[in-house]
Amino acid sequence: MANAVHIVVCAGIVPDPLQTLEPVTGPNGPGLKNEMVLPSVLDPWAASALYEAANLAAKNPGSKIWLVSLGPKAKLQQVMMTIAQKVSFELVPIDGPIGGFPDAHSTAAVLADSIAAIPGLDKAKLLLFGGWESATRGAGVTLQLVGERLGITDQFQGVDQIDLRDDGSFEVLERVEGGKHQVSVCTGTPALLGWATGNLAEPRNNPQIGMANMRTIMPALQKAKPAKLEANGLRYISASLPKQQRNTRVVKDLAPDEIAAELVAWIGAE
Amino acid sequence: MTESILVLAHVDENGAALTKASLEAVTAGVELAAQLSAPLSIGIVAAIAPSGTCVLASTGARLLAVSGEAFAQPRYATDAAACEALCRAAAATIVLAPGSARFTRVAAGVAYRLGGCIDTHITALSATEGVEASRWFYRQRVEAVLSRDARPWFLLLDAGTHAAFAAEPATAQIEQIAVELPAVRTTVSGLRAPKQDAQTIRPEAKMLLVAGAGWTKKQPDGQIHVDQAGELILGFLRHTGASLGSSKSLVDQGGEGVPVLPFLTHMNQIGQTGATPRHAKGLSTCCHGEEPHVVGWRFIGDRRAISLDPNCGWTRGKADVVYIADAFQVMAKVNALLGSAKA
Repeated sequence: MANAVHIVVCAGIVPDPLQTLEPVTGPNGPGLKNEMVLPSVLDPWAASALYEAANLAAKNPGSKIWLVSLGPKAKLQQVMMTIAQKVSFELVPIDGPIGGFPDAHSTAAVLADSIAAIPGLDKAKLLLFGGWESATRGAGVTLQLVGERLGITDQFQGVDQIDLRDDGSFEVLERVEGGKHQVSVCTGTPALLGWATGNLAEPRNNPQIGMANMRTIMPALQKAKPAKLEANGLRYISASLPKQQRNTRVVKDLAPDEIAAELVAWIGAE
Repeated sequence: MTESILVLAHVDENGAALTKASLEAVTAGVELAAQLSAPLSIGIVAAIAPSGTCVLASTGARLLAVSGEAFAQPRYATDAAACEALCRAAAATIVLAPGSARFTRVAAGVAYRLGGCIDTHITALSATEGVEASRWFYRQRVEAVLSRDARPWFLLLDAGTHAAFAAEPATAQIEQIAVELPAVRTTVSGLRAPKQDAQTIRPEAKMLLVAGAGWTKKQPDGQIHVDQAGELILGFLRHTGASLGSSKSLVDQGGEGVPVLPFLTHMNQIGQTGATPRHAKGLSTCCHGEEPHVVGWRFIGDRRAISLDPNCGWTRGKADVVYIADAFQVMAKVNALLGSAKA
């Protein structure tokens, strides 16, 4: 168990990507119309982080995974019914607002405090995982702020791969510009990894894992601590759908030769 | 509020020159400083200290630099220390930086250390009533304009939102800023290109070709023609120098071990869980989903699509032209024309 790691995965819940989103402005700033009734899923990049965590834990016996998630209790319960069937974890729920408009700094403060308070978490063995960006705010700053608050100064973003070595060091591939990966080697935990898509397929649902997880998830949800996110001086002047609507020309009656000629002319035009 | 502006910049992977994204941030800084009548500083992170002549001389900004072997490679611990030192030296209230992999890795941490705040993926700045920044939420579905009271306020700019700063090099005074290096536990060993036949992701390309899952579906003869699809796509990239994007469904097929278009990886993916690239033109082929057209194409200028579905709701209002045709036939003709034009 020399390489047993404690993996904390920060994962928000987001509206199902197939839903139509419409911003509305309320007394507390912008939000989404019918936000509470939109079906939710685990944030896609954070879900990659969770699946990679499960893969890493399986290869390193004695490892443990905590899933820290901030959202309304009812929404968390709905999403956990699905996610709990995929990988084993202990849920650390935080009962708070959902969405992309709350301040990332307040969110990070709440997450960091919750992680610091996890019983049995060995910070020397900590790998802090999450998505490199969310599908809501998409800022890519929350996880980094959590890391700073926890004193983690080996941080990697846009991660697609981690290889944990026998000596406790690990190699990380991070996405950089131009479709390349930066290759780094870190001497060991603690470290923070903001995941991109990784290389793993979504695990199949396993009802046995689901039943085992739900024994701890339901009590944890009942005890979820409420969190209020402060605005920290963040003000929204506007939030709107893009108005740009193109006047699409639908070309139905051209032969492939004619289309090709038109396209080549278009490609060559400045 | 009296503002002072700092632009953070870094050199490219060769260490020879400032990156294009850094020069775009310089332009944004020069413009914002002019609007606010605010002092401007530019802080450079580089292994070798810039000296003598510099293209930034004409900005009139105070030029600062952090240099040393520790900054030859992008790494959280050292880059965060460098940026923190530059920010403390400049004492700026607004910090602009390119949204590069190097600075997005560290900027939020630096903002926290300075007691400030940060917003990223900024697409526009204005200073009519205080500083206001535009960015997108929910993966390019909702656009918002926001402002903050807290300072320093870090703003990371999306690439392509400003012109790159250009000027004749001139003599410049560059102040070296000392950095107290933290313990370094991470070693950067270099860059690795994904395993694929050719590099198909080209951020500087004028055109983006988007390949959808239709390329791997059964064709009118009842057969799948993946090899032919691959040749057509790679042939188009060779002729045009275009960058290749893909829909999620097509990339996922590759991840499931199915031997389809082996040159595609998740790095090619655009849309909800992929990139939102900026190119002047985009050609979508065999895409029938929302993500390429709505999310992935948000910042594509001139958009055309080839689709067999005349009723595809996602192309209507999103593409400028939709050709209802078989992409296999059309792309073969396009490649032939492009090839004969080159010959």
